[in-house]
Amino acid sequence: MNTVFEYTKGMTETELHYCPGCTHGIAHRLIMEVLDERGELGNCIGVTPVGCSIVGHQYMNIDMIESPHGRAPAVASGIKRVHPEAPVFTYQGDGDLASIGTAEIIHAAERGEKFCTFFINNAIYGMTGGQMAPTTLVGQKATTCTDGRQVEKQGKPLRMAEIMATIDGAVYVERVTISSPGDVRKAKKAIERAFEVQRKKLGFAFVEILSTCPTNWGLAPDKAIEWLRENMMEYYPVKQFKCPEEVK
Amino acid sequence: MIKKKLMKGNEGFAISAINAGCRYYFGYPITPQNEVPEYMSRELANYGGAFIQAESELAAINMAYGAAAAGGRVLITSSSPGIALMQEGISLFSSVQLPVVIINVMRGGPGIGSIQPSQADYEQVTRGGGNGDYHTIVYAPASIQEAMNMIYKAFDVADEYRNPVIIAADGMLGQMMEPVVIPEMKEAITEERISEVKPYALTGHKNKRAKNVINSVFLKQEMLEDYLNEYWKKYIKAEEELPEWENTKLEGAEVVFVAYGSTSRVVIEAMKILEAEGIKTGLIRPKTIWPFPKKAFDEIDPETTKKVISVELSMGQMINDVKLVLEGKYPVELINRVGGMLLDPIEVAERTKKIMEVK
Amino acid sequence: MSDKKIFIAGFGGQGVLLIGQMLAYAAMHEGKEVTWMPSYGPEMRGGTANCTVCISDEKVASPLVTECDVLVAMNGPSLEKFEKMLVPGGHLFINSSIVPGKATRDDVNVHYVDCTKIAEEEVGNGKTSNMVMLGAIIRKSGAVSLDIMDTVFEDTLKGGKAKLIPSNKKALTAWN
Repeated sequence: MNTVFEYTKGMTETELHYCPGCTHGIAHRLIMEVLDERGELGNCIGVTPVGCSIVGHQYMNIDMIESPHGRAPAVASGIKRVHPEAPVFTYQGDGDLASIGTAEIIHAAERGEKFCTFFINNAIYGMTGGQMAPTTLVGQKATTCTDGRQVEKQGKPLRMAEIMATIDGAVYVERVTISSPGDVRKAKKAIERAFEVQRKKLGFAFVEILSTCPTNWGLAPDKAIEWLRENMMEYYPVKQFKCPEEVK
Repeated sequence: MIKKKLMKGNEGFAISAINAGCRYYFGYPITPQNEVPEYMSRELANYGGAFIQAESELAAINMAYGAAAAGGRVLITSSSPGIALMQEGISLFSSVQLPVVIINVMRGGPGIGSIQPSQADYEQVTRGGGNGDYHTIVYAPASIQEAMNMIYKAFDVADEYRNPVIIAADGMLGQMMEPVVIPEMKEAITEERISEVKPYALTGHKNKRAKNVINSVFLKQEMLEDYLNEYWKKYIKAEEELPEWENTKLEGAEVVFVAYGSTSRVVIEAMKILEAEGIKTGLIRPKTIWPFPKKAFDEIDPETTKKVISVELSMGQMINDVKLVLEGKYPVELINRVGGMLLDPIEVAERTKKIMEVK
Repeated sequence: MSDKKIFIAGFGGQGVLLIGQMLAYAAMHEGKEVTWMPSYGPEMRGGTANCTVCISDEKVASPLVTECDVLVAMNGPSLEKFEKMLVPGGHLFINSSIVPGKATRDDVNVHYVDCTKIAEEEVGNGKTSNMVMLGAIIRKSGAVSLDIMDTVFEDTLKGGKAKLIPSNKKALTAWN
């Protein structure tokens, strides 16, 4: 009998603690699949953020470290100095990367650090219970803006991929989504390219992954996917912003 | 004769670290310690190491965290407000039990304060400074040579205890020059040997061992309590094994000074002045300020000692440790200057006479 | 015991700190204990600068001084501000190239050194004016010996800087 599907080697058999319908599981798996296919599970070092995915190391079968809130790019920079050849990545949410950790992500890109960042943008604080994120959309409700985000009060959300694309050291910047099977395949390709940029030491690679948070959005998983596609993808266009010739 | 070199404190600190096998340094400019990152930026790469000028002290300590987790021997330096910013990382280092050596070239505070020498971070460095239950091991050098020797040793202590070790220097030690003997160059641990020397380090599991995870979060509080009770044992061990001090002329002394770091040098001059005037004085100089050298106080002469005076460049911080150790056996007084102002020997002598009611 | 406490003050950029460092190197090469302590602040070129050098046969306790055996005033404000620090019988060196005033103390040995003019006319290199002062300090105060300066220059002026040694040496003895 032909094997048509196997348990992803890079994932442990620990049951995920994420809420039903959460897309963290897909993002985790895509990264691990890519590393497995590249034969790099044994060399890779991953950095988890503060947020729902802080214990991502329970699920990913590689050496990993928890980072203080927002500092993952600094932690990865330190790791990379000791193990320059090891594939290193940070996995960060929107509060972690786009709020408390803006300095670290911007300057890691400025230095052209040779690691990858996977930025999970679900437009809300998950772990702390649905507060407004820097990426919360105008009009979107959160527990710290119950009437919805208002431009006069909270300004407009940050578009991180666009910001990163302005930094010369970030040589590969792409925004993907994992809200349809076709998009999941494209996201995997983007992750693949990010690791290839790192391997070739071309510079910093940044992949923003539009994701859902059904629980804090107050939507059923299928409705959450719809909401993402109808609202987030309009403000956060899925797009390749920058890609070096060498990995196209 | 052993060849000496005239060296500025901050440069001496950097050289000593490199010779102790430190290969990773992450820093952010702040006076009065800028010669350290300047030196490291020029020299570390020559030894196969790496330097990053971080975007902030927060980033610097977290780069150090990454490098230490990866098995590197890491130095961090800053001055008071910068060390305050690093507390997040220092608490984290302690929680996951990673080694790092941190030099605080102290200056006047609170807030932005002044850039002149101070000891106002005594409580910050000896009480942790960050959140949670932990200690940092703190050495308090009084000369550039002693600082270099302590830094040299601190990397081994940090590795042995898997805990941050702080060198509490001050602007005077950082900026002054003295002739020193440079500690010999140790062999640094190469990347290939990290797994062998530091089995906990992140190196990639190479499909040969279970994955290494460095984690600080505990989602079950019972587990955190168990963890803390277990790891606290090393602090009890540290309190037994690490205290260092130097006692001078305690026998027959009327007044016993307690002073650390550069302040102790001023006290030694003041003691000469007082001795010439017939006042017998002694000095307890803590060389570690955590663990505080409690046993040093056993040598106080109960027959002659009338008062103990804590001499500090702070508003009376170490004095609380002195009082804790003495448990009310002797009256404890304070002689201090703050804000970056320094004591001079004549002032210490005069204020001592006033305290002792000597005309 | 031959303790010497030397205080040197002037503007930043005059070589105030360097004069002190040279004395410290010399003391070290003579096998003595020494400390060099600069003032440090946000000012750079043109701001005030001073440093203290303590030389002793024994370990130097405090690197700070409230009184000194040798005072070097490289500019006018330094003379006014620090003249009182000098012990009776001490040596006062005044950079008369830019200090218009005279010493007010009559219980000390006063030496007027026209650093700039001597450097330009006698040494032929205006940049050596601080070395002219250093030479004066060494020869009059006896803080360190003149002979040791060969070793100091060899230690501190290496590589491309070695070409500066002859003019620096000449500057040390240019003042009379």
